[in-house]
Amino acid sequence: MLAFTIRRALQAIGVLLAVGIIAFAMFRFAGDPVNQIVSLDTPAAEREQVRRSLGLDDPVPVQFVRYLAQSIQGDFGVSYQFRQPVSDLLAERMPATLELAICATIFSTVFGVLMGVYSGLRRDSFLTKVFQTVSLVGISLPTFLIGILLIYLFAVTLGWLPSYGRGDTVQIGWWSTGLLTVSGLKALIMPSITLGLFQMTLIMRIVRAEMMEVLRTDYIKFARARGLTTRAIHFGHALKNTLVPVITIVGLQFGSVIAFAIITETVFQWPGMGLLFVQAVQNVDIPIMAAYLMLVALIFVAINLAVDILYTVVDPRLRTTIRQPT
Amino acid sequence: MSVVQPVLSVRDLRVEFVTRRGALKAIDGISFDIAKGEVLGVVGESGAGKSVTGSAVIGLIDPPGRIAGGEILLSGMRIDNLPPEEMRRIRGKRIGMIFQDPLTSLNPLYRVSEQLVETIRTHTNLSSSAARKRAIDLLADVGIPAPERRIDSYPHEFSGGMRQRVVIALALCVEPELIIADEPTTALDVSVQAQIIALLKRLGREHGTAIMLVTHDMGVIAETADRVAVMYAGRIAEIGPVRDVVQNPLHPYAKGLMGAIPSLESAADRLVQIPGSMPRLSAIPPGCPFNPRCPYVFDRCRVERPEPIQQSEHRVACHLYDQSSVRSEAVA
Ligand SMILES: Nc1ncnc2c1ncn2[C@@H]1O[C@H](COP(=O)(O)OP(=O)(O)O)[C@@H](O)[C@H]1O
Ligand code: SF4
Ligand SMILES: [Mg+2]
Repeated sequence: MLAFTIRRALQAIGVLLAVGIIAFAMFRFAGDPVNQIVSLDTPAAEREQVRRSLGLDDPVPVQFVRYLAQSIQGDFGVSYQFRQPVSDLLAERMPATLELAICATIFSTVFGVLMGVYSGLRRDSFLTKVFQTVSLVGISLPTFLIGILLIYLFAVTLGWLPSYGRGDTVQIGWWSTGLLTVSGLKALIMPSITLGLFQMTLIMRIVRAEMMEVLRTDYIKFARARGLTTRAIHFGHALKNTLVPVITIVGLQFGSVIAFAIITETVFQWPGMGLLFVQAVQNVDIPIMAAYLMLVALIFVAINLAVDILYTVVDPRLRTTIRQPT
Repeated sequence: MSVVQPVLSVRDLRVEFVTRRGALKAIDGISFDIAKGEVLGVVGESGAGKSVTGSAVIGLIDPPGRIAGGEILLSGMRIDNLPPEEMRRIRGKRIGMIFQDPLTSLNPLYRVSEQLVETIRTHTNLSSSAARKRAIDLLADVGIPAPERRIDSYPHEFSGGMRQRVVIALALCVEPELIIADEPTTALDVSVQAQIIALLKRLGREHGTAIMLVTHDMGVIAETADRVAVMYAGRIAEIGPVRDVVQNPLHPYAKGLMGAIPSLESAADRLVQIPGSMPRLSAIPPGCPFNPRCPYVFDRCRVERPEPIQQSEHRVACHLYDQSSVRSEAVA
C-alpha cells in the first residue's frame, strides 16, 4: 500500500512537471513577454531593463526552475490584461467554478445513479426507455447547444430562470458563494444541468450495465437463495458492488467537469475561471493561460489520488496488502 | 416409509425454457421424495437438469424458465405456486441452498459476520447481538477455528475450503428442513472435498435435515447418499437405494455410469464416458431420450416414451423392464 501510494505520488509529480514544461513553453513561444508589458515606443534600453528585471536573460533551465518555484508558492506572475497578480484573479474566480462543478457533479451523480439503478432493474419499462432517450440526447448534443436550448426555454420563453451570471453572492472570507441566496441558487440550476448532463448520461449507463452484470453474479443468486428481501439484495448487495466504477467515473470526471466548465461558463457568462481563461486566450494573456493549465492539472492529479484511496474504502479486497492475513 | 411424510416431494415436475424457437423442456416429468434425515444423491451428465431441478425446488429458476407442470411439496405443503414474497420467506429458512463455487457465493464487500447476521435476522427476530452469537456458534459448528476472531473477516481472507464452510453456515443458519447442495465440492481442492462432504453429512444427521446432493463424484454418492437418482435429459432414468443402484444398476445409462467403478471405496472416480453425448434440449429424440446411445435399443424405444417402472426397490424408466415388452426376457 505504501509502495503503491509512493508510486502514484511520483506519477502525479511527473504529470505536473510535464504540464509545467508546457506552461513554461507557452511563455517562450507565444511571443515576447516584454512586448506585452511595454508599449510600442519604449526605447530598446528600457526594454532590456524590463527583460533583465523579469529574469528573461537567464539560461532557459534557470528560468524554468524559477518559474516552477514561483508557481509552487502560488505566484503565477501578473496578468497582461488586468495588471493584477494572476493568483488573485484565479482565487477570485475559483469559487464560482468550483460551486458550479460541484453542483453539476452532485446533479449528475444523484440522477445518474437513480436512473441507472432503475433502468438496470426494470429493463423493459417505459421509464427506462425515456431515460435512455434522454441519455442519448445527453451524449449526442454538444454542451453549448444544450445550454442555449435551456436558456431559450427557461429564461427567454418561460422567464423562470436567469439566462446569465451568478445572481447575488455572499462573501465568506475570500470565498464568494452563490449558495446562500435565492437568486444565486436559481442561477446555478441551468449551468449545472448543462455541465452535468454528459456525466449523468455516463453514470447512468455505467450503473445500469454494472447493475445488470452484478445481478447475474453467484453471490446475488446465493443472496436470493438465503431468502433476503429484494430490497436488501438490490440496494444492499448489488448497488454497493456498482460503486467502485461509479466512484471512478465521478472522481475522474470531476477534472473534466472543471475543464468543460469553460464552455458552460461562456454560454452562461458565468464569472468563473473558465470564462477568465477564454478571455485570456482572446487577449493572449499567457500568465493566466499557463496558471489555469497548471491548476486544472493539479486538480486532475489530486482527484486521481483521492479516487485510488476511496477504492480501498469501498472494496476490502484492495486493502489486503496492508492487512496481515490471519 | 410412506407413512411418514417426506420433507420434499416432487410430483411429475416439468420445467420449460421459453425461447424464440419454442418451449424447451429442461425437466420433463420427474418425481422423487426425500425423507427427514435422508441424503438423496443426484447424478447425471452435465446438462441433465440437476441444477434446474434444485432451482425449481427453491423457486429460483432463471428467466426465461418456468415451471410448466407438476407440483413440489415441502413437508406436505405445496410451494411451487406460492406468491413470491411467501416463497422468499421459505428460502433460507426452510430450504437452504449451497452452490458449486464458494469463491463467488459470498459478497466480497461484506464481512462474513454481516452476511450471517443479515441472513439470521431476515428469518428470525433475534437482536443483532444474539444473531452474532448464533453466527459465531455456527462458524464453530462448521469447523472454522477461532470463530470469534474470524467472523469479522472478509470472504477473500479465507481459503476455498473455509469459504465453503462459511457458505454452509449461511445455508444452515436458520436450521432448514431441506438442503440442496449443487456440486458443493466441485470447485474445491481434492484434499478438502472429503472434509466438506463429511461436514454436510454430519450436520444433516445431527439436525435431521433432508439433503439433495448433486455431484459428479460417484465415490461421494456411494459413501454419503442413502438413495441415488440418475438423471438423463431432464428425466430420472433410475432411482433407488444407493447400494442397489451402484452395484446393480438396471437402466442401461446407469449401467454405463457405474460400469467403470472398480470399488465403492475409491472416492476419486468420476462419471465414466459413455459413447456419444447427451442431446441438446432442442433435439431430444422421440421415445426414450437415451435411445441413440443405448446398446440395448429396440424398436419400441424410438417411438414410445418409457414410463418409470417399480422393480423391487428401484424405479427405472426403460422398456426393458416393462412386462409387456417383447424383448424383456432377452436381457438379464
Ligand atoms: N437460463 C437458461 N436458459 C436456457 N436454458 C437453460 C438455462 N438454464 C439451464 N438451461 C438448460 O437446462 C438444461 C439443464 O441444465 P442444468 O440443470 O444446469 O444441468 P446440470 O445437470 O448440468 O446441472 C440444460 O440443457 C441447459 O441448457
Ligand atoms: S428404453 Fe430402450 S433405449 Fe431407452 S434405455 Fe431402455 S433399452 Fe435403452
Ligand atoms: Mg449444474
